[in-house]
Amino acid sequence: MKIQEADAKRLLLAEGLPVPAWEVARSPAEARAAASRLLHETGQVVIKAQVLVGGRGKAGGVKLASSDDEAEHVADAILGMQIKGITVRKVLVAAAADIVKEYYLAAVLDRGARRILLMGSAEGGVEIEQVAAEKPEAIVRIHADPLLGLQDWQAREMAFRLGLGRHLKAAVAIGKGLVRTMLVNDADLVEINPLAVVRGGGAPGAPGGEEQLVCLDAKITLDDSALFRHPTHEAMRDPDEEAPADAEARRHDISFIHLDGTIGCMVNGAGLAMTTMDLVKRAGGEPANFLDIGGGAKADRVAAAMRLILAEPRVEAILVNIFGGITRGDEVAMGLIEARRQQSRDVPMVVRIVGTNAEEAASLLEQAHFETATTLDEAARKAVAAAASQSAGGAA
Amino acid sequence: MSILIDRQTRLVVHGLTGREGSFHGGAMLDYGTNVVAGMTPGKGGQAALDGRVPVFDTVSDAVRETGANTSCIFVPAGGAPDSILEAVAAGIGTIFCITEGIPALDMVPVAAAVERAGARLIGPNCPGATSPGRAKVGIIPASIHREGSVGVVSRSGTLTYEAVQAMTDAGIGQSTCVGIGGDPIIGSTFLDVLRLFEADPETEAIVLIGEIGGAAEEEAAAWAAEHLADVPKVAFIAGRTAPEGKRMGHAGAIISGGSGTAASKVAALEAAGFRVAGSPTELPQLLRDAGYRG
Repeated sequence: MKIQEADAKRLLLAEGLPVPAWEVARSPAEARAAASRLLHETGQVVIKAQVLVGGRGKAGGVKLASSDDEAEHVADAILGMQIKGITVRKVLVAAAADIVKEYYLAAVLDRGARRILLMGSAEGGVEIEQVAAEKPEAIVRIHADPLLGLQDWQAREMAFRLGLGRHLKAAVAIGKGLVRTMLVNDADLVEINPLAVVRGGGAPGAPGGEEQLVCLDAKITLDDSALFRHPTHEAMRDPDEEAPADAEARRHDISFIHLDGTIGCMVNGAGLAMTTMDLVKRAGGEPANFLDIGGGAKADRVAAAMRLILAEPRVEAILVNIFGGITRGDEVAMGLIEARRQQSRDVPMVVRIVGTNAEEAASLLEQAHFETATTLDEAARKAVAAAASQSAGGAA
Repeated sequence: MSILIDRQTRLVVHGLTGREGSFHGGAMLDYGTNVVAGMTPGKGGQAALDGRVPVFDTVSDAVRETGANTSCIFVPAGGAPDSILEAVAAGIGTIFCITEGIPALDMVPVAAAVERAGARLIGPNCPGATSPGRAKVGIIPASIHREGSVGVVSRSGTLTYEAVQAMTDAGIGQSTCVGIGGDPIIGSTFLDVLRLFEADPETEAIVLIGEIGGAAEEEAAAWAAEHLADVPKVAFIAGRTAPEGKRMGHAGAIISGGSGTAASKVAALEAAGFRVAGSPTELPQLLRDAGYRG
């Protein structure tokens, strides 16, 4: 689960990391009020769109303001803006920092090494993927011991290799703090970009101001599998950015991802669901979704999956592909028959059920006049043909 | 021969008295697997599966009383990491963890502890393994298999069934079929299992079934190019149409920052001499094309 910058900063602050003060505003008036409280710090505030997608700066979602009038004006421009299809509904207002130098520092789960990786770069403020592609030697990687955790000497080594020797104590505290934030919250990723040396508490033009190291931006991704033991994290799920279909899928324990095609897919098992999408594409169609009904799905979950697929008006045909193991084919067939009885619009459906109780499923489906298929490739071809005849019919 | 499990396997099922444990425990027993013990704390002294299998309070009791050497874990996500460590402490050498949804960070110290003890972990979030005609551990349906000499290793469940069924239908049997699991942090990797197949005299060809996310397929491909050069090798990769940045069901199936794509895996496998199928149904023919005569 991705969380907003403001929530990420709150989690960092809770672990004692240095994060300059901020406020969240949902209207230009709130932004103005926040700015009037924060402007005294450095004479300038930064106003940032709060959306869970990257590239906010490039899209014009991050702007400076030097007065409360200007803050209100800027917030008015950013609120309601579309960034990669997401409507901006809130902004973060923070005192603008007088940046001396920017760095990148993150704690990530390294799958291959099966360890937590502390990753840093003195090339801060740009996407780390870009640094990795263009200047891989500029990235410092240090693995935490899987049983003992990140040691002080490792955090010192990171600080020295990034050239943060002058800020050693702060850099070590931040490095260790990132790993702690990750562990305490069960995060997959805790990223500070930029981590910045700023002048005088961030005050621009404050002569002789002491330099300090602060976290200017924060990105945290939480492990969905661990949400059960962090009940307070659920409140950080942003309903503004979760499509109703996604919330509905989550309620029914269905793994669902919306795509742009016309062929709805209902499959049991993640690998097989991906394969079904791939074969639809190979047969000349475009999948409308990824959908895994999970193991042992019964009729009610099948019906819920059908509603999710049909909620997308673009869907012109549905491909059901079930390989029964724990899941019983006849249960799925009964679910499909019931779902079709309830559904609001009729869309051609191609059903393939093999494995456990496939014969019972076949006779149920035959009685109910479903179109069936034996192999996966055949099912994909039939679904693509059905969708094509639907669009041809629609055009005529 | 086979890898990981065979007629010498003496299996203890963690959570045998639970719903999943008893259903699949019964199927394993019916298949002919030596299910010698169950483990459910507080139910020691009982007998499960119609009185056929004794239940113990601890894994070490099961090992001492029955000579169990392999574990199969059906314990819920919150307790599964602990269950793996209990098996390690009891001296179990091969541990299958079927449990889905274990927090990834829990597995970091557990995987390290398994490694340091010299034990072998398959999973979590895996369907287990079958050595057809000898033993099956986990949840893979028995009916899809046929005895033979193709080693199958996969990150997926039902997709593996699909591929194995296609092989069996074409008359191609399996030496062992292993599902390594779809989580970000797993015990044995593709590479670990390929090493076992390389050392198994009865495995004459390899089928590798991967998916988007991570770089384990690429790592295995590089090793296979050198060590399995003369072995017929075929592969299938799921997720060619998966969008970037979305978790495709499996916690580990995600393309991030442009890495972990199907294209990169297909390219690495082809460069290593694998024939890569466009559909699981093509795997049997590709095995034949690669020179497999079993």
